[in-house]
Amino acid sequence: MKNISGIKVAKGKVVSAVLLKDLRIELRSRVVTNQVLPFAGLVMVMFAFALDNDDVLERVAGGLIWLATLFSLFMIVQRSFAIDTADGALDSLRVAGIDLSAVFFGKAIALALKLIALEIVLICGAVLLYRVELSANGLVLLVTCVLCATSGLAFVGTLYGGLTAGAKGRETLLPLLLLPVVAPVLIAATRATEAAFGSGGAQTSEGWAWVGLLTVFAAVFGVGGSLAFGPLIDE
Amino acid sequence: MSQVLQRTSPTGTRATRVIGATSILVMAWVVISGLLLTPQDVVQGESVRIMYVHVPSAWIAYLAFIFTAVASASWLISKKHSMGFDRFAGASAEVGVMFMAITLVTGSLWGRLTWGEFWQWDPRLTTTAFLFVTYIGYLAVRRLEGSIEQRARRSAVVAMLAVLEIPLVHFSVVLWRSLHQGATVLNPNGDVKMDDLMLFTLFSGVVGFTLVFIWLVLHRQRTMLLVDVANNQGLDAAIVARRAERSAN
Repeated sequence: MKNISGIKVAKGKVVSAVLLKDLRIELRSRVVTNQVLPFAGLVMVMFAFALDNDDVLERVAGGLIWLATLFSLFMIVQRSFAIDTADGALDSLRVAGIDLSAVFFGKAIALALKLIALEIVLICGAVLLYRVELSANGLVLLVTCVLCATSGLAFVGTLYGGLTAGAKGRETLLPLLLLPVVAPVLIAATRATEAAFGSGGAQTSEGWAWVGLLTVFAAVFGVGGSLAFGPLIDE
Repeated sequence: MSQVLQRTSPTGTRATRVIGATSILVMAWVVISGLLLTPQDVVQGESVRIMYVHVPSAWIAYLAFIFTAVASASWLISKKHSMGFDRFAGASAEVGVMFMAITLVTGSLWGRLTWGEFWQWDPRLTTTAFLFVTYIGYLAVRRLEGSIEQRARRSAVVAMLAVLEIPLVHFSVVLWRSLHQGATVLNPNGDVKMDDLMLFTLFSGVVGFTLVFIWLVLHRQRTMLLVDVANNQGLDAAIVARRAERSAN
C-alpha cells in the first residue's frame, strides 16, 4: 500500500504503529488504571450490595464479570476515539493514504489488551469477593473464553467507536448501537465462564460450545470490521 | 421552503392513491371479519383475534428490515450511489420500527392472555426485541450530523452490520432457551390447522398491512427527498444571500 508520498507502507507496520500509539497514550494518561479499573471494581461491589446473598453471587459471578467488562468497554472506546478526534488524528490517518483496515486492527488490538488487563483484575475480584473456585481445566476454558470474547468485543467496539467518533451525543449513541450487537458475547461468555467456575453445578465441558460461538462472532466482526471501518470514518 | 415545495412533485401520485384506497378497503374487511365474522379459537377464545394484527405486523416488520438491507446493499454496490436507495432504506426502516413496536405490544398482550405473562425469554421474542433496538440505533445513525452522502454511507454500513448481527443474536438466544408457539401457517408439512374464514382473514390482514407498508414507504421516501432538496436549496440561498450582503457592503 502506497501513501500520498508514493512510499510503500507495510500493513503490519501501520498496525504496530497505531497499537503502540494507543498504548503509549494509555501509559502516559493512565485512564484505564486510574479511572476504568476502579469503576469496574466499584460495579462488582455494587452488584454484591444489590444481590446481598453469597450463594446467588457465586452463581451469577460469570455474568457480573462480563457486565462490568461491557460497561467499561464503553468508557475505554469513547476515551480512545475522543483523543483521536480532538487532535484530528483520524483525519490525518485518513489523508495519509494508509490502509484503514490496518488502523482498525491496530486500535482493536490495543483495546483488546486493555480489556484483558481489566478482565484479569475482575476475575481475581470475583474469586476474592464472590468466592468462586477455579480448577485447572476451568482455567484453560476461562483463558480461551477471555481471549475469544475480548477479540469480539474489541472488533465491535472499535468499529462502532469509529462510527460515532466526533458525533454529537456519542456518549448515548454508542451504548445504543453496541449493546444489541454484543448480546451474543454476553450470553456466550457468561455461560462459558460459569462452566469454568462450575457455577450451579455446570461442567467444564459444557463451556466449549459457547467458546465456539465466541470464535465465530470474533471472526465475523473481525472480517466485517476491517471492511467497514474505512467507509465508516471516511468523510 | 414553499418555493422548494412548488418546484418538486407532491408526495401523492395516482398509483399511491390507488394503493391507499385499496388498503383502506382491505383493512376495513379485516376489522369486520376479524372482530365480528370469524369464530373464537377452541383453546384461546376471543384472544385469538389479536392474531389478525400481530402476525401481519410481524411479517411487515421483518419484510421492512429485509427491504432496508437490500436497499442499503444496492446503494453500496451501485456505481452511481443513487440517493433513492438510501431514502428507500431509511423510509423502510422507519416504517419497520413502527410495525415492530406494534408486534411487540400485541405480542405482549396476547402472551398475557395465553401464557399468563407479558414477556417470556423465548428466542423469537428476544430476537425481535433486539431487532427493534438495533433499528432504533440505525435511525439514530441516520440523524448524525454530516452530508447526505455521509448519512447514506454510514447507514448503509450499519444496515449491513445488522444483517451480520441478527443471525448471531438469534442463534445465541436459541441456544439459551426456547418456548414460542410453533408456526401455524408456514409449517414445514404444509398442514394448516385453521378455520377457512380465519385463514382468509389472516391472509387479508397480511395483504392489507403490506399495502399500508408500500403506501407509507412511498410517501416517506418522497418527504425525505423534499427535506434533502430543501436543505440543499436552503444552503445555496444562504450562500447567495451572504454574497449579496458582501457586495452591498
